[in-house]
Amino acid sequence: MDRLLLVISTFCFLFGFGYTMHALGARVYKPSRLNFFAVLTGFLLQTAFLYVRGQMVGRCPLTSLFEVLIFLSWSTVLFYLLIGPTYRLSLLGAFTSPLAFLFQVVALLVVKDVPVKAKMPPNGWLELHAAISVVAYGAFALACVAGAMYLAQERQLKSHNIHSIFWHLPPIRDLAVANNRLIVVGFVLLTVGLGAGFTLGGIFTHSVLTAWSLGVWLLYGIILTAEWRHRISPRRVAWLSVGAFSVLLLTLGGLNFIAQKGAL
Amino acid sequence: MEILCLGLSHHTATVDLREKFAVRETEVTAVASQLLAAPGVSEALVVSTCNRVEFYVAAEDAPQGFSAVNEFLATRLAEPPGEAFFRHPTPAAIRHLFRVVCGLDSMVLGETEILGQVKKAYAAATEGRTTAKHLNKLFQRAFNVAKDVRTNTNITRGSVSVGSAAVELAEMACGKLSRCHVMILGAGETAELTAGALAARGVRSIFVANRSYDRAAALAEKMKGKAIHFDEWIREIHDVDILVGSTSAPHHVLTAAELAPVMRTRPDRNLFCIDLAVPRDIEPAVNKIDGVFLYNIDELQNRAEQNMADRRQELVVCEQMIERHAMEFGEWLAGGWTQAGVHYSEVVSGGQG
Repeated sequence: MDRLLLVISTFCFLFGFGYTMHALGARVYKPSRLNFFAVLTGFLLQTAFLYVRGQMVGRCPLTSLFEVLIFLSWSTVLFYLLIGPTYRLSLLGAFTSPLAFLFQVVALLVVKDVPVKAKMPPNGWLELHAAISVVAYGAFALACVAGAMYLAQERQLKSHNIHSIFWHLPPIRDLAVANNRLIVVGFVLLTVGLGAGFTLGGIFTHSVLTAWSLGVWLLYGIILTAEWRHRISPRRVAWLSVGAFSVLLLTLGGLNFIAQKGAL
Repeated sequence: MEILCLGLSHHTATVDLREKFAVRETEVTAVASQLLAAPGVSEALVVSTCNRVEFYVAAEDAPQGFSAVNEFLATRLAEPPGEAFFRHPTPAAIRHLFRVVCGLDSMVLGETEILGQVKKAYAAATEGRTTAKHLNKLFQRAFNVAKDVRTNTNITRGSVSVGSAAVELAEMACGKLSRCHVMILGAGETAELTAGALAARGVRSIFVANRSYDRAAALAEKMKGKAIHFDEWIREIHDVDILVGSTSAPHHVLTAAELAPVMRTRPDRNLFCIDLAVPRDIEPAVNKIDGVFLYNIDELQNRAEQNMADRRQELVVCEQMIERHAMEFGEWLAGGWTQAGVHYSEVVSGGQG
């Protein structure tokens, strides 16, 4: 039942993905209500899945890489819906569907789904720590999209060869601001998430996971510090945003492997 | 019922001829009313712009309708309309109007000004009650066609003049121009035109630097900007977002070596440079600096031409859309009399303005 919800939700994002690709191919992008409702439906189905799965495992459904990817997809779409119409109506907003689709396809087809039932009653702080951290990664995911768009737009402007589809992108200065704000939001959420974990004290027991989370926090902290002190340009921030999120995704896969071996 | 269009445009007539047949804005309703008095003409509308003069009429019979307009023009100007006049019967007249409002028949392909002009002509006609259900339906449909074509194709996308291409690119690099500070190097005609285009888009401030301070002051006053001495401009560049070079200096007035340290002090802010001077004012190597985007006159010209080529590529799709709409309208027109009650109520409820 819960996987069925997820499959339908994935098809909703596939529709959004198809719409974006069609718009790129036709070189005409226009905001579509149908596309927005497809994403909204996908989000509601994701939420339903997470609720059902949460009931099943008796805790916040973040017990495996499968669930983490779905939660990550959910938080990316959540930011898309919260961030406002200006963002949503631009081509940048349209790239949320492909990203959510990608997360869910990988989760459904590549990653093993083994729900782990809670052996002990759920701990509120631990749940908060996990959930907020993954929502923070959602913000980093969108920052990565904004960064990639910045780099594409910057390259076009520098080379004096601008494809017509890029007229639909926000100006690069706005993309730089979006990238920065999303990193700030993600960093603040991750700080709260880690803070909740430390308050509990429980996350010290997961040494590898703790080290990884701290590593991600430190990575984005360095990016923000460097930017705030004007040592790096928006172009480098964009590269770092894309690079940091790629590292995050790759290490998440590695972490899952270690978890399966029982080292966590 | 036949819908006919008789007129001339920049395609068929020189400006001498167009101005001879042009109808002043204050006269269009009177002219349309005079046309209505001609035998067989039941509705009339006049579109008169600098590039075209067109008479749209609804008549029971095409030859009778054309002859009525011919006679009217011959009487009005004591000269019959000659070879330069095109005569479109149904359905060519419908297709022609749809092409006109979409900007496909304009001197600058895809321009949107014509839509406003036709809307104005239609408003004058409805106010003067010279149109009824057929022309009302036709023009309302034409405005919908224009919206459809503009929304679903790239026919109006991208600027096709050097000045507007520069402004458009500046917006891509710097965002809202109302937040941007502009510096103009030079105070000649090109500088004035560019400064005017940027000022019209509401830039935050304009600095003008010129070797002759008086000329800089004169241009700055005109643009409500600030004049600065030429040997001081490099010190003021720190807060500038758009730099326009249009001096007659025989060498580069801004080099990469000079600009790089400035950009290092403002890494979070882009600088869009427009070099309109020949010989060039800005060293091409500045484009390699992080956050600096340089376009010279040739590149802007290429951009404008590329945009125009992109618009031309859209023509086929636009024509297909127009053909579909024209066929649908033709079907309505052919069946209009048998379902007159239905269509008439549609027209009335669709509004007369």
